[in-house]
Amino acid sequence: MGITIQQLSVFLENREGRLDEVLSVLAGNDINIVALSLADTAEYGMLRMIVSDPNRGKAVLKENGITSMLTDVVALRVPHETGSLSRAMHQIVEGDVNIEYMYAFANGEDASAVMKTDDPARVVDILRGSGFDVWEASEAYVSNIK
Amino acid sequence: MAAVSLENWVERIRDPKIECMSKDEMAALQGKRLVDVVERAYNHVDFYHKKMKDAGVEPGDIKSIEDISKLPFTTKEDLRDHYPFGLLAIPMKDVARVQGTSGTTGKLTIAPYSQKDVEVWGECVARGLTMAGLTSEDIIHVCYGYGLFTGGMGLDYGAQALGATAIPMSAGNTKRQMMCMEDLGATAFACTPSYALYLAESLAEAGAVDRLKLKVGIHGAEPWTEEMRKKIESILHINCFDIYGLCEITGPGVAQDCIHKEGLHVHWDYFYPEVINPATQEMCKDAETGELVFTTLAKEAMPLIRYRTKDLTSIDHSTCKCGRTLPRISKFTGRTDDMKVIRGVNVFPTQVETALLSIGGAVAPHYMMIVDREDNMDVLTVMVEVDESMFSDEIRKLDALRNKIAAVLKNALGISVRVKLVEPKTIQRSEGKAVRVIDNRDL
Repeated sequence: MGITIQQLSVFLENREGRLDEVLSVLAGNDINIVALSLADTAEYGMLRMIVSDPNRGKAVLKENGITSMLTDVVALRVPHETGSLSRAMHQIVEGDVNIEYMYAFANGEDASAVMKTDDPARVVDILRGSGFDVWEASEAYVSNIK
Repeated sequence: MAAVSLENWVERIRDPKIECMSKDEMAALQGKRLVDVVERAYNHVDFYHKKMKDAGVEPGDIKSIEDISKLPFTTKEDLRDHYPFGLLAIPMKDVARVQGTSGTTGKLTIAPYSQKDVEVWGECVARGLTMAGLTSEDIIHVCYGYGLFTGGMGLDYGAQALGATAIPMSAGNTKRQMMCMEDLGATAFACTPSYALYLAESLAEAGAVDRLKLKVGIHGAEPWTEEMRKKIESILHINCFDIYGLCEITGPGVAQDCIHKEGLHVHWDYFYPEVINPATQEMCKDAETGELVFTTLAKEAMPLIRYRTKDLTSIDHSTCKCGRTLPRISKFTGRTDDMKVIRGVNVFPTQVETALLSIGGAVAPHYMMIVDREDNMDVLTVMVEVDESMFSDEIRKLDALRNKIAAVLKNALGISVRVKLVEPKTIQRSEGKAVRVIDNRDL
């Protein structure tokens, strides 16, 4: 059972219509986007997504001349309660692990936080040890689909 | 895959009598041809008649090859002023074909050929193909453009003269190039170095390299570096040769390097090279860099006398390890045209290429230089493709890569450079000549 899920990351030049191109390639190939984060700098953007089929997502983007990569990330399951994310984060900080970046998505009864860290196994240990759970790939890729 | 090592290399020389001729014998042949070409130019081309009169020289003053320094220079502007056929030395009915430059600077530069000029052209390219180890047994995949551009026709004539098999692919459609290269069993291919690299990467990506019979690449029409050559050679396991030419003189085949890769042998029985200081117009010594000047010693249709190429190089008249006495011009650093003066510093695109390749696998040598002027200050932006292997989802790592590239470029060029990372395979691959510099300054 995998403790990490795969994120599809795309380097985007800041030019008109580029994001639209990426999204329409995915849509046209029936790839659902579960979660998305778009980071931008002055010169380029970084699109990070959790999708229904990361491997096929990478392949169809490549066929369309768009370079992407798959990254292992941890998807934390956080209850919809004030302070729950704060408590989870506190445990991670105590455990001395760096979070490179993070973004969240709502997911029915729970919320989810996607985290990129250098040591995913340790993060999962810490979280599970303090009563939190993480999404497994099979669940995360199909979440929110009715 | 048939990598050739220098140990079991058999040097082939197409015309040993000419290519290994003693300097004295060669000077006598060149002198005879110079006398003839000067006479033809003086008598049949008004422009040369007037130019020589103005300079106070008459055909009778030219008796040997040393007398060449008495003759005035011809420039690109002269060609432009006499566009299209003002410098023709034969009747139009004897012109067998016309080629031209890709016209990057506006109007075309036209080069007419007589039937004999075409034969000399093919012969010179065939000498180069032989230098690269090719024989009549070989299959040469020509993916230079066929058309006015001399690349496609030049290599085709060369393959024909050699008796080899030519596959006239012309440029473009990389998938079809790859398929034909494999299916038709090409043992050599010819195109610009930037397209060669693109094709090599595409072949490697498709896992097709091991299925090829390729052993030789013939590349020219744009300046390229030793690092670029090694990159293509290592991907395809072949030997790459640098072929040089310009359409005004004859197209590819004016010069090419041999297996020792220590400069490009000039076929100086047909194209007499001089290297001059572009500012003072004085002759450079061997190994001194200057502007390359050519006199076409046998050209019938459009003879050119002391034609200034704007290409920068140095010359070496010593005998090469391969046995040829043909002098060698060094691999080109660029054209005086490509050189940009940015904040008072001379910058050549090839310097950027060398610097990028020195970073290692992370950066592909596909780049574009953009020069702007902001608040009276020159700004150089270099767009660099991030190789798939170095692509990261972390902005911090990408910024670190960008800073590293900027530092390496600053060190190499002596000016600070803005680096813009762009998506892999987005900088246009040229099928003719790569455009490496866009100058937006209104100078």
